[in-house]
Amino acid sequence: MLVQLTQEPLEAEPLVRAVRRDASGAVALFYGVVRNHNEGRGVLFLEYEAYPELAEKQLRAVGEELLRQYPIDDVAIAHRTGRLEIGETSLLVAVASAHRAQALEACHAAVDRIKQTVPIWKKEHWAGGGVWLDGQPVALPEQQPEPAS
Amino acid sequence: MQITVRLFAALAEGAGVRSFPLDVPPGARAAAVRSALQARYPQMQALCERSVFAVNAEYAAADRLLYDGDEVALIPPVSGG
Repeated sequence: MLVQLTQEPLEAEPLVRAVRRDASGAVALFYGVVRNHNEGRGVLFLEYEAYPELAEKQLRAVGEELLRQYPIDDVAIAHRTGRLEIGETSLLVAVASAHRAQALEACHAAVDRIKQTVPIWKKEHWAGGGVWLDGQPVALPEQQPEPAS
Repeated sequence: MQITVRLFAALAEGAGVRSFPLDVPPGARAAAVRSALQARYPQMQALCERSVFAVNAEYAAADRLLYDGDEVALIPPVSGG
């Protein structure tokens, strides 16, 4: 499982190569890209910030959960941080499976979970200002009981 | 004992600081960090309420016991992707 959190431009091909097996009949690939508008307002660029130590762990946790829950061959996830211009790729998810339905479904689920659980934030910049977008409060999974001391 | 508080995104911008040391009494739990932030930055009351905790780069419940030297982050609603 390949997981990347980087400030560098994202390339899809290495993810596709990383997940494909000879048994794979499908690779689903999702690109999240920066668009030039949001809620009726023109967007100039986006700024992504992460809590890197936790974000990498959570991206990996999403991938591991996916491997447990779907009959897939492998998954790769890459998220970019820093300043991204219109049209640039912020997120890549690649999922390989024997059959397309599972690859597409798992890829969709991965993107949803990344948006719900990974500590990454985006700030929208427009002419004369900018704002951190209001996101989803993180829903914590069941807590492990604290070890007795 | 002393812990380190880390802030991100709208919380960091609102506070004007990304990290600061905080003295808490022994036996303090993660929720104490939220209270301290809300007292220090009343304008961020609501955002703090919608934030969750991470202790030493792991998500943690509000009742997690803190220890000297812990790094406690308040994670505002996420918007990656």
